[in-house]
Amino acid sequence: MASRVILLTALSLLPLGCYSSSPDPSKPEFASVKIQEPVTDSFEPTMSIGTFSLPALPYAYDALEPSISRQIMELHHSKHHQAYVTNLNNALKTYSTAITANDVPSQIALQAAIKFNGGGHINHSLFWKNLSPSSSADADPASAPTLAAEIDKTWGSLDGFKAAMGKALLGLQGSGWGWLVKDGNTLRIVTTKDQDPVVGGEVPILGIDMWEHAYYLQYHNGKAAYVENIWKVINWATAEERFKGDREDAFKILKAAL
Amino acid sequence: MSSSLLRTTPLLRAGLRARAAKPLAAMATTSFTRGKATLPDLPSEQERRPCSESCGTAELIAYCDLDDYGALEPYISGQIMELHHSKHHQTYVNGFNAAVEALAEAEAKGDSKAAASQAPLLNFHGGGHVNHSLFWENLAPNGKGGGGEPEGKLLTAINQDFGSFENLKKQTNAALAGIQGSGWAWIVKDKASGNLTLVTRANQDPVTGNFEPLLGIDAWEHAYYLQYQNRKAEYFSAIWDVINWGTVAKRFGQ
Repeated sequence: MASRVILLTALSLLPLGCYSSSPDPSKPEFASVKIQEPVTDSFEPTMSIGTFSLPALPYAYDALEPSISRQIMELHHSKHHQAYVTNLNNALKTYSTAITANDVPSQIALQAAIKFNGGGHINHSLFWKNLSPSSSADADPASAPTLAAEIDKTWGSLDGFKAAMGKALLGLQGSGWGWLVKDGNTLRIVTTKDQDPVVGGEVPILGIDMWEHAYYLQYHNGKAAYVENIWKVINWATAEERFKGDREDAFKILKAAL
Repeated sequence: MSSSLLRTTPLLRAGLRARAAKPLAAMATTSFTRGKATLPDLPSEQERRPCSESCGTAELIAYCDLDDYGALEPYISGQIMELHHSKHHQTYVNGFNAAVEALAEAEAKGDSKAAASQAPLLNFHGGGHVNHSLFWENLAPNGKGGGGEPEGKLLTAINQDFGSFENLKKQTNAALAGIQGSGWAWIVKDKASGNLTLVTRANQDPVTGNFEPLLGIDAWEHAYYLQYQNRKAEYFSAIWDVINWGTVAKRFGQ
């Protein structure tokens, strides 16, 4: 029973995870498809585990050019994110079997895979919605007036925040993410290694992927240029919405499904 | 350190080198004012001298004059090798030198807090420098020192500790595939028992302590992404065709 609680706790960290979608990268129209409603039966109590699927991108693979190339977006979404989803589902399935068998050593052995792949799924799901084509209204920082006021209070200006965030991102040693989070009423920049998700009471507002696969095909070792250019495609409307909400809101889709 | 390790001839490709090696006389006046670490050239077929002896110090002297970035194709592309060596490794060298300097300054001021704050940078950049220096020597063009199978005492040890050479490759590839994030897999020799074993290290953490690193394989995405993208298993499979077993055997014998 305790194991069951652990599993559900792990799952409760997963936002946006149960969109049913069948992205077909060969069809350009795929990317303009609206994000579909969650499959609410994924977490029926009668099912021991949920099966997660890759959420569709809310824009086309080439929509973020020239900041992020189509090739990067396509591989990042259809291959890397898909691999996290696939491996998470496999790990949870095995975990479920281990629970049924009351096999605690196996359960423990699987936790690293659940954390890594579950984190990868969470982080990328949050990340796609943090981005928007540079020509869109959402990419204008004016779309986040409330958040901007708090950023000014904390870092003096948006540029001050960008500089602090950039320093954190470029200081990462190895793979990881930089996040703007809300902790209570305080804004903070944190980094997480590998695919560790933001945990605790923090609300993830804006995440930037610093794995090399997020930029290498276009920027090679020039990661500072990637960081510079990603600001042009940040979805400030999403950031504002997450800032105004709480952690429950950030993960509301999953909660609703439960 | 032997002065024979110093190379200051014009054979060195100037474009690759951020800083020329300083004369030995200028080095090591105190423990913190050693010469700068410099980027080693890639080993040539004709001339490979070990740099690993000096890898743990700040004086890494270039040791060869040929750096054919395309030499490992088609297994590792010339573009990857050029970026990996001239940009990534160079950045670790620069970062290591900066951290060593900052440490020396802190030491001179008796500022323990500032000195301690350099520890993660020393580990990361120093580890990056050591790991890549070992890695370049672990590679050689296929059919010209690269690929094939280990021989002699090394093969005997592999058979004993891994069951077979095939098993060693299989286990190493599984370990590489299992790295969550950036890191390395190493075949190491346990200094106490002499046994071979397989370990992984996160990011640029170097192999230290009771283990002697014999063979390192870089699992950072920058090591393969331009050629293999997300298909990293193909990179792990291909790299065995350019492994320099002579280097591994030499390290094993030491």
